[in-house]
Amino acid sequence: MPKLLIRNGRILDPGRDVDLVGDVLIADGRVAAVGPNLTADGAETIDASGLVVCPGFVDLHCHLRDPGFEYKETIATGTQAAARGGFTTVCCMPNTQPVIDTRATVEYVLRVAAAEAAVRVLPIGAVSQGRDGHQLAELAELAEAGCVAFSDDGAPVADGALLRRALEYARISGLTVIDHCEDPDISARGVMHEGWVSTRLGLRGQPASAEETFVARDIALAAQLDAPVHIAHVSTREAIALIRTAKERGLPVTAEVTPHHLTMTHETVAFSTNGDAASASSAEPRTETLRYDTSAKVNPPLRTPADVAACVEALRTGVIDAIATDHAPHADYEKACEFDVAAFGISGLETAFGLCMTLVQAGGLDLPTLIERLTAGPVRALGLERSVPQLGSLAEGAPGDVVVLDPEAEWTVEPERFASKGKSTPLAGRTLRGRVVATVVGGSVV
Amino acid sequence: MAKHRTATPPLTAKRSRAAAQTAPPAQVSAKEPARGDGWRRRHLLDLDDFSAAELELVMESTDAMKEVLAREVPRVPTLRGTTIVTLFYEASTRTRASFELAGKVLGADVINVSASGSSIEKGESLIDSVRTIQAIGADLLVLRHGASGAPYLAAREANMRIVNAGDGWHAHPTQALLDAYTIRSRLGDIRGLKIVIVGDISHSRVARSNLWALTTLGAEVVVCGPPTLLPAGLDGGGDANESDLPPVRVEHDLDRAIEGADVVMALRLQQERQQSGLLPSLREYSRLYQVNGERMARAKPSAIVLHPGPMNEGVEISAEVAGGTRSLIEEQVANGVAVRMAVLFLLLQGGKAK
Repeated sequence: MPKLLIRNGRILDPGRDVDLVGDVLIADGRVAAVGPNLTADGAETIDASGLVVCPGFVDLHCHLRDPGFEYKETIATGTQAAARGGFTTVCCMPNTQPVIDTRATVEYVLRVAAAEAAVRVLPIGAVSQGRDGHQLAELAELAEAGCVAFSDDGAPVADGALLRRALEYARISGLTVIDHCEDPDISARGVMHEGWVSTRLGLRGQPASAEETFVARDIALAAQLDAPVHIAHVSTREAIALIRTAKERGLPVTAEVTPHHLTMTHETVAFSTNGDAASASSAEPRTETLRYDTSAKVNPPLRTPADVAACVEALRTGVIDAIATDHAPHADYEKACEFDVAAFGISGLETAFGLCMTLVQAGGLDLPTLIERLTAGPVRALGLERSVPQLGSLAEGAPGDVVVLDPEAEWTVEPERFASKGKSTPLAGRTLRGRVVATVVGGSVV
Repeated sequence: MAKHRTATPPLTAKRSRAAAQTAPPAQVSAKEPARGDGWRRRHLLDLDDFSAAELELVMESTDAMKEVLAREVPRVPTLRGTTIVTLFYEASTRTRASFELAGKVLGADVINVSASGSSIEKGESLIDSVRTIQAIGADLLVLRHGASGAPYLAAREANMRIVNAGDGWHAHPTQALLDAYTIRSRLGDIRGLKIVIVGDISHSRVARSNLWALTTLGAEVVVCGPPTLLPAGLDGGGDANESDLPPVRVEHDLDRAIEGADVVMALRLQQERQQSGLLPSLREYSRLYQVNGERMARAKPSAIVLHPGPMNEGVEISAEVAGGTRSLIEEQVANGVAVRMAVLFLLLQGGKAK
């Protein structure tokens, strides 16, 4: 395998407090050296002058839709999207058809990934058989087959007793349970955040408390059982307050947040700033002011400005460990319909870095912290280094997974050019500053 | 309540209620339908961005339409050669019938399409149905749909005019226009009137559109109902700016709310609200929130009662009040035809020089 030398970049490896200008040498698919003025005979080189070089991003939460929903996404297209977004490792959720709740399905995912995936795929197994919330899946066998965590994501583990048993039983494998926190009785099929925008639009809202009650429940179980719980896609200020307190008490609780919950509010559903040239240029008044923008329909829903500010602050201080995309691709027709019936989800892998860079540009976060939450943070949260040693770092011997970033490059989000089959994003047409220049997986540019 | 504007991240959607337009009030002849000078809208989706002048324009046009309806042969050729399609995904008696009659009085061809007995039953999407209706040659689509925002989707996807005849819980602009018109025709200028809207605000498109129209026209609006039937944020607070929701007062005690009222509007209570746990019982609801004679005695002597229909007599309104002298409920229905004529006229002919 040829060597790869990435030269003269700003090397950021926040998990090891590395921030220096220099070179990264990858040989035999692994990081061979990091430092100034490296040389390697016959190495392919990338000139990273003026660019940032860091470990490939690790996404704890995406939906690759394969098997079963290949019309939405496949392991091939989803991982190509990941590579475009700078992610070299993705953990895929088990809400497929069939559900990833047996060894056979895990092996299917890993086999297809080995043949077709552009980046490393780490499957997450279901907590319950069929994700139906009743009977535990064979968690030990799922772990043996290669799952790195358990989740019924898409749905919460609504039955608290089942979650308790799952947390206990997961000790056999030492893996973490990831919970999508949403009390289904309180959320009551709400299609957006319950607040003034849902009132204005006449849409069924789901209140923030639907998330918070389950976060509180999960923390109580984690505390009692001393078992790790990872809170998926945190979105509310009060949920963050609960997690902060839990962490201060030393409880085994970790959390992730999505780029969209860090940057967008429920107002996006009604009043998109997307450049809609057709209506904007019209001399007629905009009677079609309200957007009912299905591309902003996501679960958990986009919340209030105070919630967004709390998410950013919690990410900065480490109360939230990781940025996870919750990349949730859908076919166009599943979004081009009435808001009530539109599918939940944003195609997020390819915009994650550029979108998160708006936080850095606004001064809410520094670049090393952002990179930490995309690399070492997620690895630590789920203990992924047990599955892939030194993942998320540029330590010698770590996987040769590297991303080269240009924090200053501007680009326009053009969903029709996404590698993902899912084209739905509230960012369509938006110009972002900060882009992925190259993604390297195992020493090869992908 | 602290605003979080400064904490708003750069990608937060810009929110600005379209600035109230300054449409000049039209000069309306009593003999001919208004020319609709100053009308610039393609669609009637909601009243949330209507100026008072625009609302006045519709009501003045409605005056002219009332005059047409009073003629011996209430037919004019104003919209001859235009095709109006009504597409209703929900059952309706009065709204659909009055749109159909409104179109016919003005000489338009009116085609009614129901969700049952059409390709919709075979799973055709809303967008496809709207495009099909446009391809047939419709100039204007009257759409009722159970999903809030459906007419906005139609308006984005089609070139024809769209009239929202009720979408989910969101808006029912022609109902609010006819309510405002009915109030105005009985009590004169709406400015300064105390108007109490009683009942299930959360699930009411009629209430939402009325809140916009009546507050824009200068009424003092009080909404009254159990907290479980009032939508989030209406009583202020939270992250809303002043213009994001209509400025109303929220009251849970109907006796207090109705004190000195000029207008009391009772809303229909769907029985399913009790089944879904929002109310303990219809008995308690009617005990607390029924508009009855005793309560109306607290309102002004001149006070009137409105109800968008269909009524549950004995639940949200007593039979005595519904059929009493203060009730303008039948007049609302009659005015509905004239208001819808005005809307159809303005959308299809408004702003055009004669």
